[in-house]
Amino acid sequence: MPIITEKDLQPIYDVIVVGSGAGGGQSAYTLTMNGVKVLMLEAGRNYDPVTETPMFQSKADAPLRAMSTKEKPFGFHDATVDGGWEVPGEPYTQASTDPKQRFDWWRARMLGGRTNHWGRISLRNGPYDFKPYSRDGLGFDWPISYEDVAPYYDKVEMLVGVYGSNEGLENTPDSPNGTLLPAPKARAGELYVKKHIAKFGMPVIPIHRAVLSTRQDHVNFPARLHPNNPKAQKIIAKAMQERAACFWATDCGRGCAIKANYQSTTVHLPPALATGNLDILCNAHAREVTVGADGKANGVIYIDKVAGQERAVKARAVILAASSGETARILLNSKSHRFPNGLANGSGLVGKYIMDTVGAGLGGSVPAFENLPVHNEEGAGTHVYIPWWLYKDASKLGFARGYHIEFGTGRRMPGLGAGGASPGYGKSYKEEVRQKYGAGIGFAGRGEMIPNKDSFCELDPTVKDKWGIPVLRFNWKWSDHELKQAAHMEATFAMVIEAIGGKAKKPEADGSKAIEAGGRIIHEVGGALMGADAKKSVTNRWNQCWDVPNLVLNDGSAFCSNADKNPTLTIMALAWRASDHLVEEMRKGNL
Amino acid sequence: MENIPADNSGQIDRRQALKWIGAAAAAAAIFPHASAQDKLPRPTGAAPGGQRIGTDPVLNKNYTPGDLWPLTLTPKQRKAAASLTDLILPPDNPGDKMPSQLGVQEFIDEWISSPYDETNKDRPIITAGLDWLDAEAQRRFQKDFADLAEPQKCAIADDICGKTAVKKAFKGQQNFFSRFRYLAASGYYTTPQGWKDIGYVGNVPTVNFDGPTPEALKHLGLA
Repeated sequence: MPIITEKDLQPIYDVIVVGSGAGGGQSAYTLTMNGVKVLMLEAGRNYDPVTETPMFQSKADAPLRAMSTKEKPFGFHDATVDGGWEVPGEPYTQASTDPKQRFDWWRARMLGGRTNHWGRISLRNGPYDFKPYSRDGLGFDWPISYEDVAPYYDKVEMLVGVYGSNEGLENTPDSPNGTLLPAPKARAGELYVKKHIAKFGMPVIPIHRAVLSTRQDHVNFPARLHPNNPKAQKIIAKAMQERAACFWATDCGRGCAIKANYQSTTVHLPPALATGNLDILCNAHAREVTVGADGKANGVIYIDKVAGQERAVKARAVILAASSGETARILLNSKSHRFPNGLANGSGLVGKYIMDTVGAGLGGSVPAFENLPVHNEEGAGTHVYIPWWLYKDASKLGFARGYHIEFGTGRRMPGLGAGGASPGYGKSYKEEVRQKYGAGIGFAGRGEMIPNKDSFCELDPTVKDKWGIPVLRFNWKWSDHELKQAAHMEATFAMVIEAIGGKAKKPEADGSKAIEAGGRIIHEVGGALMGADAKKSVTNRWNQCWDVPNLVLNDGSAFCSNADKNPTLTIMALAWRASDHLVEEMRKGNL
Repeated sequence: MENIPADNSGQIDRRQALKWIGAAAAAAAIFPHASAQDKLPRPTGAAPGGQRIGTDPVLNKNYTPGDLWPLTLTPKQRKAAASLTDLILPPDNPGDKMPSQLGVQEFIDEWISSPYDETNKDRPIITAGLDWLDAEAQRRFQKDFADLAEPQKCAIADDICGKTAVKKAFKGQQNFFSRFRYLAASGYYTTPQGWKDIGYVGNVPTVNFDGPTPEALKHLGLA
């Protein structure tokens, strides 16, 4: 069973998985390894990183030196194709014209979705992050705890390959020994920052990223991942051996032809296909989930984008992992006599409480970094970060929750603007360019947003996409917690840049100006919160919709909170957990 | 997707965008005081157009200026652009090529010819600026800019490069020079020779990531 065309579709599958990114990829992997027959629907085209990734191209090899364009917003060589802030023919709308209330929605219409280009930052939520309401009375507690998810974090880290270290810090969980791959060394500028900000109590520690710093343990990991499943062990052992270790060159955001980083297309889908249990249909845009007379999900109606026709396919269960926005859209568009307000929406909460990450940044230049003896500082993107360090000061900050700091230094591949702002020309100008190259530093805060009732998506009453499907309309509002947090980030970055003797651009004291617009950090979660009470949530603790138990939401839509930890690792851990549960329920005949 | 500010050279930051807006406004009045104004030819190149990059281009092939959209500069303008590029970024080492031999002026031509708003704001600035260079060279030395001796080129460049205070009469040209230098440096330092020149030694596969050298640590007081 491979990547197929419409004519090869089976009459019925065990499970249809909508979406092929982190949630869909993990779901398909877990199900097919357990013998479940799966059809994956992907709205975009087939995409193969092994043959398509621009591994060593210089920016001079790209049009306009790889400049960011509307069609390729992260630059020409970014892995995303047919995606971005705007997708032709597939609009979304804003409820308000106020720029501070807009939500920008990044979509990637391609096999593997957003996993192809993401930052690979793979941080576990900590124990606090599952019970935020209990700690400060804001937002919602999850119906599950860190202990429920920890075994799945372990498994995902082993499966995808995550480098990092165990530091024993508050709400920053360690992984079991032997799970993480070795952390790459810190760069010179990173060590310099570490030394000079220790006095603020700010730790600089290895970040966790889904990149193979060494090859995976293909001898021991398979049995830990799939106990009592020799076939799965054999398949994953082989797949692990087909991945090379990172060779510390070329930007991970381009994708990775040697499979050294995680993207669904190189890590989840090949072993899932190798089971013989997976069909993948690309260019198939899911429109709605169909429901049988028994009230259970029994298939999906999709648009065959090549033929421009609507088609239907059947299954015994359906998993939506289309991105939390698209999943809400599919549910809201799945209207029937029995479900007039959309499917699984008895609570009225589908589309409600959507979240992104609080983001703000500040750059500067550091004279100490000038004329640094030349050496290769490329590495593998982000090596270190600053986890939230002010848990003890929560009551003094004026805002709830916290943020981590990512920062970039070093002599990286020159691009547009490489000449800097030096005046003059000729030999003296070039001398100054050399002196300043690599002396820049950039800080980015990534913080927790608390879900609020003013941030939600709904169907636009009039606007439809090019296939006539109603589109999403976004409503967005930051609370004071997020705005104050963004201002705090700016002040912190200015303090840090000063501490390393650098010159900062002016920090923005007004949080509403400092904060990135909603959606810009591309950590879109929420919209179908899980909970313990069917009236107050969309899914149960196993990501199953309360109203339709054989409909499971395995992207970020079931998130009850959005900790400062980037969501992808948690999406994968929950998708594995929910898929295990689905297999069990199917075996028991409960669905 | 995380986007670390120091590594975002594919992006155009807000400051840069603002600069361009300023540059476009200035271009409209690029010759307010120049004595050679009346003799100058106006840019005649075709309006920007042609194929855009698209949402699904082939990523792992190498593109050459002119592949996607037609170029703008006249042979005379291209000659002036090549000459100014070489003046701004002269080779330091005997074996190095001139930036014009690396096609830097062709990148500039690609840039100003593109169908993107972000780049073709530079089009009137660059084309008018190159025309002014030749006109000014004719006025002062009775030759085109590319045919001048280096001290003569420097005499013109010194007036507009911004290293020392720029006379009011040359303010428009200062803006041209600054944009041209931005593009020339962007074009040059993104080539393999430019990498070597600036001290970038990455984009090569290695078995291990060794981290900073002892010399680098010493430089930062970390040894």
